[in-house]
Amino acid sequence: MTSTHNTTREPVVGAPVDRVDGPAKTTGAARFAAEHDLAGLTHAALVTATVSRGRITGIDTSAAEALPGVVAVLTHHNAPKLNPPKRVSPVNMSTMVSGTQVNYLNTDEVHWDGQPVAVVVAEHSHAAREAAALVEVTYERLPATVDFAAELPNAVLDKGNMLMPTGAKKGDADAALAAAPVVVDSEYSTPQHHHNAIEPHATTAVWHGDELAVHDATQNMAWLRAHLALRFGVPEAKVRVLAPFVGGGFGGKGFAWPGVILAVLAARATGRPVRLSLTREDVYRTVGARTPSTQRVALGAGRDGKLTALVHTAVTRKSPVGGQPEPAVTPANHLYGAANIRTGQSSVTLDWIPNTAVRAPGDAIGSFALESAIDELAYELGADPIELRMRNEPERNPIDGKKFSHRMLREAYELGAHRFGWADRSPEPGTTRDGRWLVGTGVATAYHPQLRLTANVTVRLAADGSVTVRSGLHEIGVGAATVQAQIAADALGVPFDAVHVECGDSALPEGAMAGGSMQTSSVAASVLAACRKLTRRLDTLARRSGTAGRTPAEIVAAAKVPYIEAAVGSDTRIGKAAGQARFMARTARDMRRWQKAACGAHFCEVRVDADTGEVRVSRWTGAFDVGRVMNRKTAVSQLRGGIVMGIGMALTEEAHVDPRSGRIMNPSLSGYHVPVHADIPPIDIAYLDEPDPTMPLGLLGIGEVGITGVAAAVANAIHNATGKRLRDLPITPAKLL
Amino acid sequence: MRTFDYVTATDVTTALRTVAERPGAKFLGGGTNLVDLIRENVERPDVVVDVTRLPLTGIDELPGGGVRVGAGVRNSALAAHPLVRTRYPVLSQAVLNGASAQLRNMATVGGNLLQRTRCPYFYDTASPCAKREPGSGCGALGGITRDAAILGVSEHCVATHPSDMAVALAALDAVVEVESIRGTRRVPVLELYRPPGDTPHVETVLERDELITAVELPAADAAPRSRYRKVRDRASYAFALVSVAAALRLDGDTIVDARVALGGVAPLPWRAAEAERLLVGAPATEETFARAAEAELAAATPQHDNAFKVELARRTIVATLRELQEHAAAGSAA
Repeated sequence: MTSTHNTTREPVVGAPVDRVDGPAKTTGAARFAAEHDLAGLTHAALVTATVSRGRITGIDTSAAEALPGVVAVLTHHNAPKLNPPKRVSPVNMSTMVSGTQVNYLNTDEVHWDGQPVAVVVAEHSHAAREAAALVEVTYERLPATVDFAAELPNAVLDKGNMLMPTGAKKGDADAALAAAPVVVDSEYSTPQHHHNAIEPHATTAVWHGDELAVHDATQNMAWLRAHLALRFGVPEAKVRVLAPFVGGGFGGKGFAWPGVILAVLAARATGRPVRLSLTREDVYRTVGARTPSTQRVALGAGRDGKLTALVHTAVTRKSPVGGQPEPAVTPANHLYGAANIRTGQSSVTLDWIPNTAVRAPGDAIGSFALESAIDELAYELGADPIELRMRNEPERNPIDGKKFSHRMLREAYELGAHRFGWADRSPEPGTTRDGRWLVGTGVATAYHPQLRLTANVTVRLAADGSVTVRSGLHEIGVGAATVQAQIAADALGVPFDAVHVECGDSALPEGAMAGGSMQTSSVAASVLAACRKLTRRLDTLARRSGTAGRTPAEIVAAAKVPYIEAAVGSDTRIGKAAGQARFMARTARDMRRWQKAACGAHFCEVRVDADTGEVRVSRWTGAFDVGRVMNRKTAVSQLRGGIVMGIGMALTEEAHVDPRSGRIMNPSLSGYHVPVHADIPPIDIAYLDEPDPTMPLGLLGIGEVGITGVAAAVANAIHNATGKRLRDLPITPAKLL
Repeated sequence: MRTFDYVTATDVTTALRTVAERPGAKFLGGGTNLVDLIRENVERPDVVVDVTRLPLTGIDELPGGGVRVGAGVRNSALAAHPLVRTRYPVLSQAVLNGASAQLRNMATVGGNLLQRTRCPYFYDTASPCAKREPGSGCGALGGITRDAAILGVSEHCVATHPSDMAVALAALDAVVEVESIRGTRRVPVLELYRPPGDTPHVETVLERDELITAVELPAADAAPRSRYRKVRDRASYAFALVSVAAALRLDGDTIVDARVALGGVAPLPWRAAEAERLLVGAPATEETFARAAEAELAAATPQHDNAFKVELARRTIVATLRELQEHAAAGSAA
């Protein structure tokens, strides 16, 4: 579209623009959910259950109540009534927001070790915590099933739904496997992972009559608002969720876990504003984690390396009190052009808090198994692992023959191989040594499917030339607001600095959740649409007032109006329902028509101590096809962060769950080992920057693709270094002896 | 965490008297461990007496070649001191392998020696732990014992001593100076700690009101050829799976003095006396090192999930001694 007022301006989309939220964060001006000082503020602390299944037979709160500064001790005996959560329905996605189906403090039942059973409210946080330790709870213990490994024989096949398929089939993979000249058939396992966002979950809640304001560390304001309205029996319009700054999410703040519910409950019970800032231990115990998994990948191939059979099955954990299965086998539906494919997903039911999304749910752990198995097959065949992949690179989506909207995995491998120097690799394991270090290199494919949500947006152009984009999007540390400002600036032909993005408030037009690598593309589509509307309006205005060719600000000013505005989407009840219906229809159409995904190639060099089995990652190149990149700086940061998290998954991260009690025994950053700086080498990031023709501005989500394949690349490099094939994460020194 | 009084002392006598007079009192060094334990409700003192302002921060050469380190010296200052770096490299390396830079800037020598185990069952007040609550049993046995000890354990406790520094001090035959209102006494580091037995809550030979005021490092010929090797799950900020403090003195190819101490494997810094016995007088070869390591570890009693520590300790001992031997060979060739 040619517009009458466009000035020649260097586009800012794609440029390495600094984040607009940077100064507020570096100066401390940014206020996070636990940093709102309200008049009369009280502080809450949780008491969590120490049995995995049972009934509360007694709670002695007398010592806690006697402590100076304690305002209230809430238990199931005295807590206000709370409406139970809705059952999850695929038609209304916001029903998924409840982390669990438990009605906290409205029941004497305990469903997991860590379930909150009391909340202390006090004038100071230290009094609340001290009092919480003084609450004496006694339980009737009921038999609990908590040992994932022991329960594996009782796994049951999952039923999927449209949004979360759990299995698929093409041809007869098992027969093809039996007939294949070359077979690799291996079991892989991954442990429970936690998000470990730098900001522990926190809520500051205040009621004014039946109006509720909640400052919360959330990736999902709209669903949370709907959920709070339901649980507390007030209209949605009376609930306002504010989350202008969130200190990292990784999926852990996507759903409503007990903390936010109990903070609001405590505020209602006491009539005072309540701040509940979870301890790090509380986060481990009251927020879902990534399920452990065991997976089988069986590959059958001809001597030429063409795959004839691909079987990928997984067993993960589910909870009797809510949650979704983790779709670990989906990468196998999309990555390789095998003639026959079977994928399937089973679950064991354990007395555990439900699992939740952790960065690239399913794909992160599924890619470990699949991409390790491909490397095993390459070794069996004596083939280069990249060549083997390219020999099986499909023209269409393998499982169902759909078109790819766009797929440049081959180009990503070429780019990465060149930057990394893959051609110099010694393919024979255990042949490269540098002093005490055995050196090896490995590759793996990164892959993350792309979905989109609805997002409502308004864009306003004022007579002073400033542009305001308003949308309830979430700035969880990724540069989301900055990118939308870049997009609006280019779309309207105004300077980047003229654009201000208002976000992080449910009073704004309803945005999209920050999850599933969907937020940026979902909001971008609406921002672009709104900017197009606004441009048309501006053109009309210019024609009418004879100001064609002038700047947007001059056109608005000459028209003698304070501003002009365009909106996309409606926040009325009917508007939202219509939006949801359009979304479902579009999603269904999109899913029928195209397989859309971001992908990439990881190249990794490791050094393994020949005596002790210590592994150090010494070099990394990630080459990605993520469509068109909106902001070089924040995009690289997202991809690099995914790789860092993947290195943790490969080498160190693991919740230690006592198999007798179901209790996490390392609920701290000293016991649960995320990588430290010394574990991470310089990470080289490259991307193709080729637009996906079906996506707004050609962009694909980048929040999750970075972590996929990382653990496999590390394990494959360890095999190249040592000749040892490690199939059980994390790969600690103990496993390399 | 319950509330407690905080008192600072600027002279040793006042500090000693305050703790002696108040039964619920504890000395507070850098606070890098005690404060955590108070927050977790594991330690519940009525009063803490901050001893970091006492005049115990010197590092001085002693007549005869030893070095005296004040108990209030911060870990980072100890590791950086020229006397320590040149004469006792194993000690400097051990300290730098511990914790993080921020923690080392706070932690004191005395506090480091007296830090408590990081056994998760000790930290978790919902679990039984005979070290935390005498007689309550051991939650770790049969549970998560990946990090547990394999030497010198008892049926009541399998927790490890977490210090890196203490392992080096054990190899160096350091002596601890202790003061109380009753006077001053000297305790070799190797005699400071008590095996868990049936009283795992009693970890040292110190009385509640005794304060470590200094650590003396004897002049040691072998110490300059010394090395601390720590194996852990990540590159920094993790406790040892296994660590080895070792020193070797060779005459030609023959070992004339050997010091080996182990960390991460026992309830206390573990001096590998049996290994040393086999090393001294033997040729400095891979076979000798392996034989010594195996002899030391013959008594190991791992749990169901930490048998790897036996093999890891064997390999780490051998690798550390090999490295010392190679350095010595390179040095004499030069």
